[in-house]
Amino acid sequence: MDWTWFHRLGSPRWFYEKSSVWLPYLWVLTASLLIAGSVWGLAFSPADAKQGNSYRIIYIHVPAAFLALAGYYVMAISGAVGLIWRIKVAELTMRAAAPIGAVLTFVSLFTGAVWGKPTWGTWWVWDARITSMLILFFLYLGVMALHNAFTHEETANKASAILALVGTVNIPIIYKSVDWWFTLHQPATIKFTSESTIDPSMLYPLLIMVIGFYALYALALILRTRVEILKRERRTKWVKALALGSA
Amino acid sequence: MTLRILQGPSSMTSDSLSTAPATDTAPLEIPDINLWSGFAATFKRDITVAFRSRGDIANPLIFFLIVITMVPLGISPERDTLALLAPGMIWVVALLATLLSLDGLFRTDYEDGSLEQLLISPHPLYFIVISKVLVHWLMTGLPLTITAPILGVMLSLPNQGYMPLIASLAIGTGVLSLIGAIGSALTVGLRKGGLLLSLIIMPLYVPVLIFGASAVSSASEGFPFVGQLAILGAFLAMAMILAPFAAAGALRISVNG
Repeated sequence: MDWTWFHRLGSPRWFYEKSSVWLPYLWVLTASLLIAGSVWGLAFSPADAKQGNSYRIIYIHVPAAFLALAGYYVMAISGAVGLIWRIKVAELTMRAAAPIGAVLTFVSLFTGAVWGKPTWGTWWVWDARITSMLILFFLYLGVMALHNAFTHEETANKASAILALVGTVNIPIIYKSVDWWFTLHQPATIKFTSESTIDPSMLYPLLIMVIGFYALYALALILRTRVEILKRERRTKWVKALALGSA
Repeated sequence: MTLRILQGPSSMTSDSLSTAPATDTAPLEIPDINLWSGFAATFKRDITVAFRSRGDIANPLIFFLIVITMVPLGISPERDTLALLAPGMIWVVALLATLLSLDGLFRTDYEDGSLEQLLISPHPLYFIVISKVLVHWLMTGLPLTITAPILGVMLSLPNQGYMPLIASLAIGTGVLSLIGAIGSALTVGLRKGGLLLSLIIMPLYVPVLIFGASAVSSASEGFPFVGQLAILGAFLAMAMILAPFAAAGALRISVNG
C-alpha cells in the first residue's frame, strides 16, 4: 500500500492547503444537519408525556455530552501520535482539541442543570454521570492550564500530551469509581426515566443532531488546528505569502 | 565485573565521587550497572538528603493537624457530626498534605542539576523514579498514616474505624505519591508549579479518595471494608507499573524540552 498520503498528512502546510478544500463541504454538511435536526426536534417531534416541552433540551445536551467524551479520546490519541511519531499536525490537533472539549463538557453540564431545574426541581445533583462529567471538565482544564504554563511551545505540547494520556488511563477508573460511589450514596428522591424507551419520533432528530455535532466538532477542530498551524509556522515563507496574498 | 574508565565524572552518587582519587590520571572505579544499583544509590542519597532537612518531614504533618483542628471550629464540635465527617475529612486532608509535599519531589534535584545527571546515567530512569517515590512516601505517606489515628480520636471516629483508616491510608498514600510523581515531573521545569500541580493531579485522585474514604466510613458503620482495601491495592499495583513510566517520560521532557 502507498503510505505517502499518511506522511503528507504530517506536514502542516499540506494539511492547511487540503483542509481549505474540505472546509466548504464540511460547513454545508454541519449547517444542514444542525438546522434539520433542531427544526425537527424543536418544532415537529411530539412533546414528552411527563416533561412537556422541557425535554427538548435533550437535542443539545446529549450530543454535547457524547462529543465531550469522544473529544477527550481525540485529544489523547492525537497527543500520543504526536509523541510517538513526532507528527507536528497531531501535536497541534491535540492543542486545538482541549478547549473545544472543555466547552462541550461545560455545555453538557450547563444544559443538564437547566434541564434539571424543571424536571428534578434542582440545578445540581451529585449523580454519578454528572459528577463524572465534572471531573472530565477538570481534566480538560488541567491539560489547558499545563499547556499555558510553558513558554516553550514544543515542551508544552509534549507535556500536555503526557497528561492527556495519563488522563485516558484514568477515565474508565474514574467513571467506575464514581458509579460505585453513587450506588452507595444513591439519593432516594430522584428517579431517572430510562432512555432506552425513547420513541422513534424523538430518536431520529436526536440522531441527526448527534451526527451534526460530530460534524461540528470536526469543523471546529480543523478550524482551530489551522489557526495553530498559522501561529506555529508564522515565520515560514508560505504563511507569509498567504498573509500578503490575502491582505 | 567492574568497569574502569579514565577520569571524568562517574555517576550521581556522592560517595563514589568522594572515594575517587584526586589525581586526573588515576582510573576511577564505578560500580556495577544493574537495575538494583541505580535504585539503591538513589534511595540512599534521597534518604540522606531527607534526613538532613528534617523540618520538611514535619511540615505536611503540621498542616494535617491544623486543618483537622479547623473542622470542629468551622462546622460543629458535636461528637455525632464529627464522627460522620471524620473518614472523609481525614482522607481529604491527607490528600492535600501529600499534594503540598509533591512539589519538592524533583524540584531540588532539578535546580542543582543532579536530575540531569540522573537522566544521562546508564541506570533505567524507571527504577530511579520508583526509588524517589518510595522515599517520598516514607517521608510523607507513612508519617501521615501513623498520625491519622490521633486525628481520628480528635474527630471521635468510631472504634472499628481505626484499622481500615490506617490500612487504607498506608496503601492509598502510596498511590497518591505515585500518581503525584507524574504531575511533579511535568511541572518541575516551571517556576510556579505548585498550584498547577494540584490542579492537574487532583482529578486523578478521585478514585483513591472514593475508595479510601468509603473503606473507613463503611467500617465505622459496621459494614465489611476488605473489598475497598483490595481495590486500593489494585490501584497501587497498577500505579506502580504505569506511573513511573509516565513520570520518567515527563522528566525527560521537562529537562530536555
